Order: sequence, then structure tokens, then C-alpha cells
Amino acid sequence: MSTDDVAIVGIGMHQFGRSDLSGMDQGVVAVRAALADAGVEWSDMQFAFGGSAAAGKADTMVSKLGLTGLQFINVSNGCATGGSALFSAYNSIKSGMFDLGIAIGFDKHERGAFRVDNSTWYGKSGMALTTQFFGMKINRYMQQYDISTEALDRVSEKAFRNGSKNPMAWRKKPMSLAEIQESRMLSYPLRQYHFCSPAEGGVAIIMCRADKAKQYTDTPIYLKAAAVRSRRFGSFEVMAPHLAPEHGDGPTIDASKAGFEMAGMGPEDMDLAQLQDTESGAEIMHMAENGFCEHGEQERMLAHGETEIGGRFPVNTDGGCLANGEPVGASGLRQVYENVLQLQGRAGERQVPNNPKTAYTHVYGAPGISGVTILAR
Amino acid sequence: MAQVPVEEGVFTWPSDEPRLIGSQCTECDNVMFPTQSGCPKCSSSSTEQIELARKGTLWTWTIQGYPPKSPPYAGNDDPKTFEPFGVGYVELAGQCKVETRLTENDPEKLSIDMEMELTLVPLYTNDDGDEVMTFAFAPTT
Repeated sequence: MSTDDVAIVGIGMHQFGRSDLSGMDQGVVAVRAALADAGVEWSDMQFAFGGSAAAGKADTMVSKLGLTGLQFINVSNGCATGGSALFSAYNSIKSGMFDLGIAIGFDKHERGAFRVDNSTWYGKSGMALTTQFFGMKINRYMQQYDISTEALDRVSEKAFRNGSKNPMAWRKKPMSLAEIQESRMLSYPLRQYHFCSPAEGGVAIIMCRADKAKQYTDTPIYLKAAAVRSRRFGSFEVMAPHLAPEHGDGPTIDASKAGFEMAGMGPEDMDLAQLQDTESGAEIMHMAENGFCEHGEQERMLAHGETEIGGRFPVNTDGGCLANGEPVGASGLRQVYENVLQLQGRAGERQVPNNPKTAYTHVYGAPGISGVTILAR
Repeated sequence: MAQVPVEEGVFTWPSDEPRLIGSQCTECDNVMFPTQSGCPKCSSSSTEQIELARKGTLWTWTIQGYPPKSPPYAGNDDPKTFEPFGVGYVELAGQCKVETRLTENDPEKLSIDMEMELTLVPLYTNDDGDEVMTFAFAPTT
């Protein structure tokens, strides 16, 4: 079997941020945009995988899109919901079961930090906050690998600059290092503008058998790998009242290895990446955990602009979670959407130069899951 | 004012020298907190209750700088009077690392590897007028 046997032929998005539409309706907008992009009808869809964390069951959207009787499976996997929908769609085509289908992610969250559903002593006592985990993980990492707070600031500065070039982003205003450095301290050492915010939005991705891709588009993008991994014993994850005494690799390292193995490629083969940046420290740690640099090298890479759009290895070219916000169910598919644009040369003002050929995505979320995809044209 | 624990079975109560209550796997000796019935290390279903060490070292930390959403947070969530509090993982030698509030909220006074000891702190006053207590670790020096 060819390794090029699943292709992306259509993408659609509802702008991230705040909207008057329900989360579900933002998903519907994304689906219609993806159908138009691929030049197909909803009735052509043989299957769908979709999900949201806080905006209802995806399969009910058929009442607006058309009651065609297709196989529609709801996916619920936290921050990896979109990645899991994509993985499932990938396998549905790769297995030979279906030729053409769609992965959908959407969401709509209340303002402020994510409210945690934990009424035990843990939540009552003021723990069980995702922001605390990120503060604690980067605080130790910075000491261990000599990363400065300025590196955190540079990640945010880059994110808002890239967001300002992205018409679909939520936050389109560039922000100076000083503004970031003066923002309120939320979870030491992380400040307000180091964090992304829960948001709204929707994304849909249409996939088909690779040998049929040219029917739909002149520029199909091939899905070389899609992998999701949960945490192993000894890893340091969000929402953990205790950790093991010994240290083990986290799910990002595992998902990354699995993805590269599936694609038959390595980190050195990637031209750009979208990495989970719930906060700027996460982008820094995930650069190394996904194999794109050694621990500690990020300080120099950021200082030299190596991860800027025109740099050696662009990271989060659409502004990432920091500029787009995080609608949990849609976030992973936003990364794929951006990579498809970049590989098709359709990214406009933020286009990575020199015709990139390969692109990588990575999501991470509670309670310790990671999803990775590798795309190539 | 009477004092009551935030939840039974999390730490010894009443006790002058409180200890956290965890579980130990009877197959592989893995230590967990709070108590749980299965072991994430060896997949055994057999664990027994143990009291954890009172002293340990700070593995990592942060400061909770804004009021957590209430519910679930039961402490003071009024943005005008909220006082930031420390949160960290304390490594209990040979057992596990426990996530905990810290009595210290000044970044200048916290550092990785510093010695810490378990104590109990007031969290809020309940409808019966009782002071509800939760656990925290305090620097020993």
C-alpha cells in the first residue's frame, strides 16, 4: 500500500474568537466552507467524525447540513478532540472502508480560565487549575535548562505578530515585548499575555483516497501521519494530585515518535510546525519534546528569530493558540488548516517562503494526551 | 470556632502532626495520593492505605495570582481581597510527589529543592460557622 493513500482536498473554518453564533453553528459554517473548497456537496460525504468539548454533540448538525444518512461518529477527547477526529477519518479511508469523508471540530467556552469540574478537596482547595500546571512545568524547565523569562516574552511577541497577519485570528494586534512584560502575573512565571484564552471557532477538513484526490483539487495535501498518545507512568501532566517519584517521557514525546515513524520521516525533514502553545512556555518545551531542538537550545533560537515566519524553522505561523484562542474541540484542526494553506501557498501575508513541502502539528491537553499530524504535498 | 477538614480521608484528622493519607500498591510498592484502588504502575488492583511522610523537598512551584473560579474553589474568590497563594509539588523521598498549596506566596522566598513540612491552613468558614481546613506545605527554614 502506498504511504500516500489519504489526501486532504478541502478545508473550512469559522473565525476564532467571539461570535454571536452557537458553537455548533460555527461548526456548520466551517463544514460549508470546506465543502465549497473541495467543490463537493454534503451529500457526497460518506462519513463524518466530529466533536466539541463544550458546545454539544456534533452529529446533531446533520439537521442543518442535510439528513443524508451518513455514518456520523461523535468524538470527545479533550484538547485532542480534533486530532482524534482526524485520526479516525484517516483510518476510515486507509482501511478501504470509505473513499471520502470529513473531520469536524468546534467549540464555544465561557470567558476566563477553564472552569474545572472537580468538587472534591482538590478543586475546593484551589488546585486543579490547568494554568498552575503550565506555571509549574515551565518554572522547573527554565531552571533545569537555563531558559529566561525573555524567551517567554519573545514567543508571545511572535504569536501576536503572526496573528496580525492572519484574517481568521482572534487577536490581530501586535504587542511589544514591554507590553507583554508589564502584563499581570497570573501563574508565576507566566503573565497574562503569555497565556491563550478559551475561545470559540470551528474547523472542518475533507479527506479522500489519494488516488481520487485530483478529482477535487489540483493541490491535494497528503496526510502522512496522524497519531494520538495518552500519558505513561512517570510523566508530568496537568491535573495530577500526585506524580510518580521517577520520571518518564510525556505523551508528546511518544506521539511525536509514533508520527515520525508512521510517516517514515524525522524532525529534520519538516519545513514548519504548529505546536501547542497554551502558554508561551509550552511552545518552548514542545519544540524540544517534538524533536525539533535539544532542551535549552530554544533560548538561542528565539533570540535569533529562527522560529519566525522567515526563519530557519517557522513555528505557529497563524499565531497559534496565543493569537487564536483555544476552542478546545477545534484547536487541533486549526493547526492542520494552517498547514494546508502553507503547503498550498495560500497563506497570504504570512506565507512561509521557499515553497514548504512538509508541515507538522502537535496538540496537548488534559489529562495528558497529545496528538500529532504530518502533512506533505 | 470549631475546625473541620475539607474532606475526610485526605489527611489525618484530628492530629497535631498531620499526615497525608495515600495508597501503596501491595504488588510493586508504588505510592499514590490520594487513596486509589488500582495501581497505574503495574496495573494491580490491590492497594493498601498508608500515611505519607510529613517532610519533603519542593520539586516545582508557581503562585496562583488570580482567584480560581468558584465553584469549585471554596476559598476567597473576591478579586478585591483575594490573596495569591503558592502551589507546588513536594517530593516525599521514596514515596511520590504530592501537589499542594504552599504557605508562602512570595517568589523570592521559594526555590526548587528547599525543605518543606506539612501543615493545615484555614480555607473558608462554612454555613455552620466551622473553619474548614485544608493542607499546605510550609518552608522549614
